[in-house]
Amino acid sequence: MAKVKSFDELKKIGQDLKTKMSALSNKNHPDSIIQIKVAMATCGVASGARAVLEYMRDELEKRSIPALVTQTGCMCYCYAEPTIEVTIPGKEPITFGYVTTKKADEIIERYIRKGELIEGVIPSNYQTIESI
Amino acid sequence: MELIKLTIDGELLEVEKDTSILKAAKTVGIEIPTLCFFELKDMGIENKPGGCRICVVEIKGRRNLAPACTTRVENGMIISTHSIRVLNARRTVLELILSDHPAECLTCAKSGSCELQSMAQQLGVREIPFQGEQSAYRKDTSPAIIRDIDKCIMCRRCELMCNEVQTVGALSAVNRGFMAVVAPAFEMNLEKSPCTYCGQCVSVCPTGALTEVDHSRNVINALADPAKTVVVQTAPAVRAALGEEFGLMPGTLVTGKMAAALRRLGFDYVFDTDFAADLTIMEEGSELLDRLTRYLKGDKNANLPILTSCCPGWVNFFEHNFPELRDIPSTAKSPQQMFGPIAKEYFGKKLGIDRKDLIVVSIMPCLAKKYECQREEFKVNGDPDVNFSLSTRELAQLIKQANIDFNSLPDEGFDNPLGESTGASVIFGTTGGVIEAACRTAYELFTGKKLEKVDFKELRGFENIRHATIDFDGLPINIGIAHGLGNARKLLEDIQAGRNQFHAIEIMACPGGCIGGGGQPFHHGNSEILKQRAAALYKEDDGKTIRKSHENPFIIELYKEFLGKPLGEKSHHLLHTKYFDRSSSVFVEE
Amino acid sequence: MSQKQLRIALRNCGVINPEKIEDYLARDGYQALGTVLTTLSPEAAIEIIKKSGLRGRGGGGFSTGLKWEITRKVKADQKYVVCNADEGDPGAFMDRSVLEGDPHSVIEAMAINAYCTGANKGLVYIRAEYPMAIDRLLTALKHAKEYGFLGENILGTDFDFDIEIRYGAGAFVCGEETALIHSMEGLRGEPTVKPPFPSESGYQGKPTNVNNVETYANIPVIINKGWEWFSRIGTEKSKGTKVFALAGKINNVGLIEVPMGTTLREVIYDIGGGMQDGAEFKAVQTGGPSGGCLTTKHLDTPIDYDNLLEAGSMMGSGGMIVMDSNNCMVSIAKFYLEFTVEESCGKCSPCRIGNKRLYELLEKITQGNGTMEDLDKLRNLSSVIKDTSLCGLGQTSPNPVLSTMENFYEEYLEHVTFKKCRSSICKSLMTYIVDEEKCIGCTLCARNCPVNAITGERKQAHYIDPEKCIKCGACMEKCKFSAIFTN
Repeated sequence: MAKVKSFDELKKIGQDLKTKMSALSNKNHPDSIIQIKVAMATCGVASGARAVLEYMRDELEKRSIPALVTQTGCMCYCYAEPTIEVTIPGKEPITFGYVTTKKADEIIERYIRKGELIEGVIPSNYQTIESI
Repeated sequence: MELIKLTIDGELLEVEKDTSILKAAKTVGIEIPTLCFFELKDMGIENKPGGCRICVVEIKGRRNLAPACTTRVENGMIISTHSIRVLNARRTVLELILSDHPAECLTCAKSGSCELQSMAQQLGVREIPFQGEQSAYRKDTSPAIIRDIDKCIMCRRCELMCNEVQTVGALSAVNRGFMAVVAPAFEMNLEKSPCTYCGQCVSVCPTGALTEVDHSRNVINALADPAKTVVVQTAPAVRAALGEEFGLMPGTLVTGKMAAALRRLGFDYVFDTDFAADLTIMEEGSELLDRLTRYLKGDKNANLPILTSCCPGWVNFFEHNFPELRDIPSTAKSPQQMFGPIAKEYFGKKLGIDRKDLIVVSIMPCLAKKYECQREEFKVNGDPDVNFSLSTRELAQLIKQANIDFNSLPDEGFDNPLGESTGASVIFGTTGGVIEAACRTAYELFTGKKLEKVDFKELRGFENIRHATIDFDGLPINIGIAHGLGNARKLLEDIQAGRNQFHAIEIMACPGGCIGGGGQPFHHGNSEILKQRAAALYKEDDGKTIRKSHENPFIIELYKEFLGKPLGEKSHHLLHTKYFDRSSSVFVEE
Repeated sequence: MSQKQLRIALRNCGVINPEKIEDYLARDGYQALGTVLTTLSPEAAIEIIKKSGLRGRGGGGFSTGLKWEITRKVKADQKYVVCNADEGDPGAFMDRSVLEGDPHSVIEAMAINAYCTGANKGLVYIRAEYPMAIDRLLTALKHAKEYGFLGENILGTDFDFDIEIRYGAGAFVCGEETALIHSMEGLRGEPTVKPPFPSESGYQGKPTNVNNVETYANIPVIINKGWEWFSRIGTEKSKGTKVFALAGKINNVGLIEVPMGTTLREVIYDIGGGMQDGAEFKAVQTGGPSGGCLTTKHLDTPIDYDNLLEAGSMMGSGGMIVMDSNNCMVSIAKFYLEFTVEESCGKCSPCRIGNKRLYELLEKITQGNGTMEDLDKLRNLSSVIKDTSLCGLGQTSPNPVLSTMENFYEEYLEHVTFKKCRSSICKSLMTYIVDEEKCIGCTLCARNCPVNAITGERKQAHYIDPEKCIKCGACMEKCKFSAIFTN
């Protein structure tokens, strides 16, 4: 990556990336894709998040479901680790807690494939800086 | 200069900016008690970690009490040094310190000069309300210093002396919390550390956590043994300080009373290390002349500058830290170690006493001397040239034990032949003295002319590092002087970096030289005492008829009768030594 | 559940991939740095931080802008900015979460801090026990350098800045800024008396601005959204939000970020999901080992720096431990004292010896040997330690004792006068007794007792010898008839 030479250049880079990122969850955009974020802070990893991340990656590929599986930091639901967030384009992101590989399988088969509501959803309980 | 106005205990005062509350209070006659605080004013040595919390005072408007030693005055401060809150806090803190201190005052080596003991008296502590676990560490005995770390109160004075002043780095704080103490790295024994036994830690320790190894019992046994002839030698700095142990004013010379006391203690011959100091000048001065002459002739192997080698703490220091320079110091033994073989091989033989039956005791202002006399190279078939070295403090103790009323003793002289000395040897006891003595002799031997003015005032004083140029009849001789090992390190590093060039350098491990040695009566941070001791030595020198070492008639006779000439074969054998690279000998696993 | 939380410091945690700088850039990353470098003078930027009302999140609560201004005003050839990531409170992990989830926010804020104070070198002091945080921080530093957010002529300006990492060995006291600086210099991690403050003479004797991770994480948002926006959040004297590590007898343990002024009741019942097993709330400990215990009477106190101090606790770095009736408050005080005894550096006498003696007094009381005189000693000793200790560690270490004595004095009295622990935590004060009515003499308890303290014939009521009993509780656990109880 070449060094950013000016604030204007930085603004443009930021804007481009923002557009690119929001395209991922915009169901009308050709780049849209199912996104899965696994909370991979020390606490998450200690509770088994790494196995969940690998399981998700492998299984979605095996089952031919195009998806972007990434790691993220602590989602702050320590009582419910491992936690993952699933975003299906056009829908609100949903956070699941206590995700084992068994639970991950259920999430793939029932929530992602069929859109069924399943147990283990953690309701969002905070406001963001964008919202106020 | 900016002045700060404040109120202490209702008294309005003005002091310079950046003054501590402690010092500001002193100006109006308020002595705030301290425990960890320590200073040697004229040497720029100050210890104020703010750790003991005895000196806390109340500052109006502040949430917590503040330590007077480290808090700087500010305009409008209203300070109380003895409110109920302060008194309660101060006493509680002292009670806490005492609750983790062995109650062994009756048998403690430091009893009577212990600052913790006096503080408990001053604050009127009559019981310790806190009981609980007490620290328990293993006692560590080295050839010169005992660490009884249960008695450590973490004042960190020794750490300051060892690291900042002496740059030896043997002692520092280890462990945390309740287990924190001052110790060598990895809590190894002092003997395995780079300790030089300079004893400065002992001389500042407020309690009995650091004390000297006491050899007085061995000396008493030798004195009581009819088969032994016991001779004693006394170092120059002892006579200027011993009196303090008997309530005399600092700087009182007690040479005569000391000789009288030693005789009454039962020593068979009372000799003087000063005699050996004159001998040192003969050998070391000749070595200087030899190297100088060779140097002037263009000999590249003539090692200059020549460094003095009479201080055993300094010898240990360069063996550990500057082994690559070990060819530079004079090979002349220290006066203590010159005296030993002369006593045993010359004096003893003359009287027909086998060296095993001749016990040589030295009275020294120094703790490193205890180690020096135990070095292997100073023994013949396991028999040390000097058997025991006692500190000034131990001598005072012996005199008290022997029921001698020191102050009413008559002045007596030393015995001959090893008791006669010149003024030059007396000033060995203070910084700059050795090199001044050497100059007096070297000048005359080098120029062949008589030295009219023997006082080299330019070599005297207490500045940490001093430079002077002495005129050797047209030849300028550059002299360097350092006292305190940290200053010695600076001087050596300057030489190594080529920043300075000298012909001769005097180094003394202790601040002030031997008068400030680790074996001297405790000065408790009063640098006036050191100045008085130095002044006393210069006074003794001034009063002597013979003030140049090479004019000592007994020295002249010793060479005529026994040694031959300085740097001759016998001298080489008996009066010179060599040095070792001990840079890697520290911290060897047992 | 209502949305009582507001994530500012944690805005990117659990949202972005911390190892991809592009994720951060897509969420206004480094925009604040760009704004400051190209449109604001250092003084103007400091003014924004000052006006925002942001106070140090490490526990001290000193105005961040003011701290920056003091460092700015000291003249020196070299200055440093330091990030304090030596998070040591037991149970607290907000700094780790920020570094693991959003390392760039800290890097960006440090650069802004450096520009404002006149430093060109930054140091992050982080505990070596945080390997993942260190990894992610190193990755982030590498990416920031590649993009030119660190290095020379940042964003084409003449501002140079770089960051190095220093590892801490896990000493709690190294969170104190002077001790932290000594540790970074390779010296023993011990505090020194302030003044001089680090802003005057810090790392290598140069002016040094030390801020905590969470404080830094707020900076870019304040620049991007404006001080007016930030200062609308919170109470009059405490602006913005605070992250707490919520733990203990509560349903939803975890990290929470709430606006200053939120009440304990909202935190415990709305965000924390209430007490575990419907138990009754007894106390909440805030501020870690330096803090105090608050009780039901504080449930509706708005949480901010000043209210917590007034209630005998403190904000600290944000530990919050909820307790129910099964917690013995004397034991809680003892637990925290054990921690401070372990973590005291040993430099000053009141902290080194005083805390040990406090601990021993508490030990004596929990063993049933305490006297009324000991309670007086506890109180006097605590106040002297607070009053005379050298650094913040000792000045706050008696807080758990003082606050529990203030709020739960009856429990102390019970331990001392009735030799009773109402929570059955203090084993020495417990006796296991067989209820003769209920015991059927099945011998199961006797067979399970590891020290053979239980005797009795088959089908007859058994007896526990209190002299032999080691209070392990095995009998009580095994008994099928609930015939064994404690008093």
